[in-house]
Amino acid sequence: MAEAIIPPRVLPLTAEHLGFRAGNVTVLSDVSLVIAPGSRNIVLGPNGAGKSVLMRLLHGLLTPTRGTLRWSSADGLAVRRAQAMVFQRPVMLRRSVRENVEFALQVAGHADVRRAAEAALDRVGLVQLADRAARLCSGGEQQRIALARAWALQPEVLFLDEPTASLDPAATRAIEETIAAIHAQGTTIVMTTHDLGQARRLADRVLFLHRGRLVEDTPAKVFFQLPHSLEASAFIRGELLW
Amino acid sequence: MQACRYTARMQEIPQSLALALGLLSSLDGTLLSIAGLSMRVSGVAVVAASLLALPFGAWLALARFPGRQGVIALLNGMMGLPPVVVGLLIYLLLSRAGPLGALGILFTPAAMMVAQAVLIFPIIAALARQVIEDAWGEYREQLVSFNATRSQCMRALLWDMRFTLSTAVLAGFGRAIAEVGAVMIVGGNIDGVTRVMTTAIALETSKGDLPLALALGMVLITMVVLINLAAQLIKSAAMKQHG
Repeated sequence: MAEAIIPPRVLPLTAEHLGFRAGNVTVLSDVSLVIAPGSRNIVLGPNGAGKSVLMRLLHGLLTPTRGTLRWSSADGLAVRRAQAMVFQRPVMLRRSVRENVEFALQVAGHADVRRAAEAALDRVGLVQLADRAARLCSGGEQQRIALARAWALQPEVLFLDEPTASLDPAATRAIEETIAAIHAQGTTIVMTTHDLGQARRLADRVLFLHRGRLVEDTPAKVFFQLPHSLEASAFIRGELLW
Repeated sequence: MQACRYTARMQEIPQSLALALGLLSSLDGTLLSIAGLSMRVSGVAVVAASLLALPFGAWLALARFPGRQGVIALLNGMMGLPPVVVGLLIYLLLSRAGPLGALGILFTPAAMMVAQAVLIFPIIAALARQVIEDAWGEYREQLVSFNATRSQCMRALLWDMRFTLSTAVLAGFGRAIAEVGAVMIVGGNIDGVTRVMTTAIALETSKGDLPLALALGMVLITMVVLINLAAQLIKSAAMKQHG
């Protein structure tokens, strides 16, 4: 059955001079960017660059201490419902795999949660695990459950915070295939990683962060062939950045 | 002289053990009635207190308001409420001249259930608050990301923490069934009506029948241990199944 393409309703998302301080520490400063509908945006950078904080600010889990975030829609509820996020360590509710997906659908007010949950699990190839306790699944399976949970919500934009950080190559491949399928359905992808190979495979556009600053915001091809900044060049060459 | 009294007391322990076994094996009617009433009073008190204390604890874990730390400190402090004081307050409320005197439940098992529920509410609520607050640290971002409301978050956390929360409920049950001061005051220890294990033990001790008092004590401890053991087995099996 052909999937319905998700039309843009709340994108683009515009961030202007975004900053975040935790106590006396500046985690992120002066980040300006636009997330356009349908794009695959990879936020790249070494550990501690501020990637996860940027994702949480864009998704609304943190409030910026400076700057503004503006969605194209003024309808707050529509904006919240148009997003989903998958975390590096997904929280599995202490219930079955199917019930984990159903919970997200119930909270979002879906009518036929059972069928929608089954369909989402089918897309990530986990129908056979539907009745297993989610917490007893492997790390790779749990991440796929988290993707199914997010996919079931049919988000316009999906934020992914290092979803393959602790997974083996086979599990990473399964996750990347699922992300590609979600994107093919029209969902805009915003994903953090510090894995250059993954960025090459998935990115249309690279946002390179270093020490809380957006050092580079370029199409992926340009970023990997002709990086503008010294930091990005060093990172691509595999040199240690701190 | 002192040594003789000590020896005599020590001999009462095996006697009491034999008596306790005899009472249990003969399925003594009076014992069964007293034990049954103890279970019924404490069971109802635990269920009633849990129905209120678990949601209250979860609400307090998630809510942010001025004076919250004071409420938490008060709740924690109330875990050590003196049973006789609670009993006295419930007595004053339920006595004929009291505001709830019209209910006519003083010196009935219902009054004992109310007293025990009041006594264990802070224990269950305070422990639930701590459990849910710890879990909230882990779940917060995921549930907020789902756009879950406060009430949906509370329900999800209460359900997910059910195995840990069962320990809080068992702590409340332990306190309720072992309590004597409050039920003595509001129940009156009336034979066949409001006499429970603890008040029977107190009565037999005051009458000087120490072997019977000890035997009843052993039966009470056995009951509590068996209930906790059963709960632990169920909890372990459920955790294996649900992770």
